[in-house]
Amino acid sequence: MYEIKRKALLANNIKLFEIFAPEIARKAQAGQFVIVRQHEKAERIPLTIADFDRNQGTITIIFQEVGRSTIDLGQLKKGDYILDFVGPLGKESEISKYGRVVCIGGGVGVAPLYPIAKRLHGEGNYIVSVIGARSRGDLIWEEKMRAVSDALYITTDDGSYGEKGFVTDILKRIIGSEEIDAVIAIGPLVMMEAVSEITRPHGIKTVVSLNPIMLDGTGMCGACRVQIGQETKFACVDGPEFDGHLVDWDNAKRRAKMFLQEEKIALEVLRYNCSEGGAHACQKNK
Amino acid sequence: MSKKQVVGKKYAMPVLDPHERIKYFREVATGYTEELALLEAARCLQCKKPLCVEGCPVGVDIPAFIKLILARDYQGAANKIKEKNSLPAVCGRVCPQENQCEKFCVMGKKNEPVAIGRLERFVADWEFEHGEFKPEAKAPNGKKVAIVGSGPSGLTCAAELARMGYRVKIFEALHMAGGVLVYGIPEFRLPKAVVAREIENIKKLGVEIEVNSVIGKLYTIDELISDGFDAVYVATGAGLPYFMNIPGENLNGVYSANEFLTRVNLMKAYKFPEYITPIHTGRRIAVIGGGNVAMDAARTALRLGVEKSYIIYRRSEKEMPARAEEIEHAREEGVEFVLLSSPVEIKGDEDGRVKAIVCQKYELGEPDSSGRRRPVPLENSEYEIPVDTVVMAIGQGPNPLIPATTPELKTNKNGNIIADANTGKTSKPQIFAGGDVVSGAATVILAMGAGKKAAQGINQYLFGGTE
Repeated sequence: MYEIKRKALLANNIKLFEIFAPEIARKAQAGQFVIVRQHEKAERIPLTIADFDRNQGTITIIFQEVGRSTIDLGQLKKGDYILDFVGPLGKESEISKYGRVVCIGGGVGVAPLYPIAKRLHGEGNYIVSVIGARSRGDLIWEEKMRAVSDALYITTDDGSYGEKGFVTDILKRIIGSEEIDAVIAIGPLVMMEAVSEITRPHGIKTVVSLNPIMLDGTGMCGACRVQIGQETKFACVDGPEFDGHLVDWDNAKRRAKMFLQEEKIALEVLRYNCSEGGAHACQKNK
Repeated sequence: MSKKQVVGKKYAMPVLDPHERIKYFREVATGYTEELALLEAARCLQCKKPLCVEGCPVGVDIPAFIKLILARDYQGAANKIKEKNSLPAVCGRVCPQENQCEKFCVMGKKNEPVAIGRLERFVADWEFEHGEFKPEAKAPNGKKVAIVGSGPSGLTCAAELARMGYRVKIFEALHMAGGVLVYGIPEFRLPKAVVAREIENIKKLGVEIEVNSVIGKLYTIDELISDGFDAVYVATGAGLPYFMNIPGENLNGVYSANEFLTRVNLMKAYKFPEYITPIHTGRRIAVIGGGNVAMDAARTALRLGVEKSYIIYRRSEKEMPARAEEIEHAREEGVEFVLLSSPVEIKGDEDGRVKAIVCQKYELGEPDSSGRRRPVPLENSEYEIPVDTVVMAIGQGPNPLIPATTPELKTNKNGNIIADANTGKTSKPQIFAGGDVVSGAATVILAMGAGKKAAQGINQYLFGGTE
């Protein structure tokens, strides 16, 4: 059992937990992830580590409530316990002295981007960060990103904050005016794909972090397989970071929809349970 | 004994009706009643030099426990088995006895061998229901052993060491102990409650189990040693699924057998949406492979409600590595066998979902190194079978996590850890290994045998065999 030491609402439907897991915190590195199983009947879901505190023994996870499992998870409060918390899994980020690095985060993807940007910054790289969200109320961790960046750009789709437009608009502008040595992009698949397509003709090293459907997270099932160039890789053990120019994005986008139908059913069950017809089973905070 | 009338055939195992049982995940073989067990036990000749024992990888004193059954001392029979076997309720169900103890049974020369496995199961189930497991306490010997993996090999090694007085801690990567017994073998063949009871008994010996602990990530092998463990037994199994590397394998609807079975067994996707892990089968499924895992997947699919469940295998039924009993159960339940065929491509629809599997026909040629006749592809013999789901059950390799983080640990070209067959000793001092991670994917009982030998190997290593 793993205690939630702190809970915060960062933006619309985006929540933060600090989980007490000192053994994992001791080993965690930027770029790695944990598997969370909330309760006996829950799924095992992968969440990228957003931060860790070796002294406090905590791992920070940030998640957007988009499906049944994340909505259920979001109902937990400070002091509650998560049944299973496994990690640190996957490979750590490849941190080196690139020079000028553009760190791009979209939506909740800013969370796993942060520890990588922090490490890269610490290694003496010049960090240009570009973070974006649909709207002002969806943006997270602006200040934390600012603290590890030499320059920070913000975009919102609706223009309610920062520049109106997409993170890729800014990236194009930066590429047009500065020499860039590497790009790290974490966010929705379409965003990471768009970033990779922009950097490809310029031959700029582009690293993306994939978060496909997983089950065990230790290389045992292959649910998370991704097509990287000519090879099939398991994101859980070979990743989660890959060369954005080698990812088969169409395949990745399709595989993300593998259980779309079932995900809808699981959500509907939750809605029914929370409606008046099934209010007895509702866990929602009243 | 010769005056006794010989009953030529084994007393049949009572099973659920095939048409009924595919509607749920209840255990198919319901087990001998006391009456049947007594009749079957009476078939044993009580040989002076019992060959059956030599066929048992863990050396259970088979005639002795059968004699105790005849005396209706079922607790005594259970104790007798447990002297050598820590998981009798599991072994009685999933051991390939036909290739082991029963293969050597003298009765089997002219008639059918004694149903040793069924009797073992009867005894183990009797004990669970009526008896109480009282571990014999042995004084602690002051040594600590870490075991990586809580599958049959790790559990057996743990139990053996605990009985010798070791403090034993098992590290398990998943959230539940049991390894392949809980994620791989389906409920209808090995109820999870049975596994849980066996594990409870092992815990009663003082064995500690820490779940959610991925060794190689959370702690390395070297850290376990520096944390004070005197030895480590690596029993991480064959957890890395193989794919065929054919076009279309990454379409939606293609699973490894590991994923398919883990979703259903460990995560209980068959109870979706009460349990939140989903599984999607569509109406028709093709399982590729001819082993027990393939049979498990094909039979599981029927219980999930598919209309067609195919086994596609490139040799003929005779060469199938699955147990005859499993093949028979699968056929009774309606699994269709597509033999001498192997997939060359999986086709998808515009959404990237599986819609058909393209197979090539094969014929059998000369025997290969395994002694089985080699399948030879027939040119221009491709044909399509419409399916919605494909499960790859063509084998598993060792998980590379521990060798990758333990440089001094030598592996072979397949990635299996190299370890001495008699002691489990590896290339690295204090580190032992056994089970599927050493042998490649094999059986529960062979993994248990390796666990037992490693326990003796560890004891020998730490005490020079004087203990």
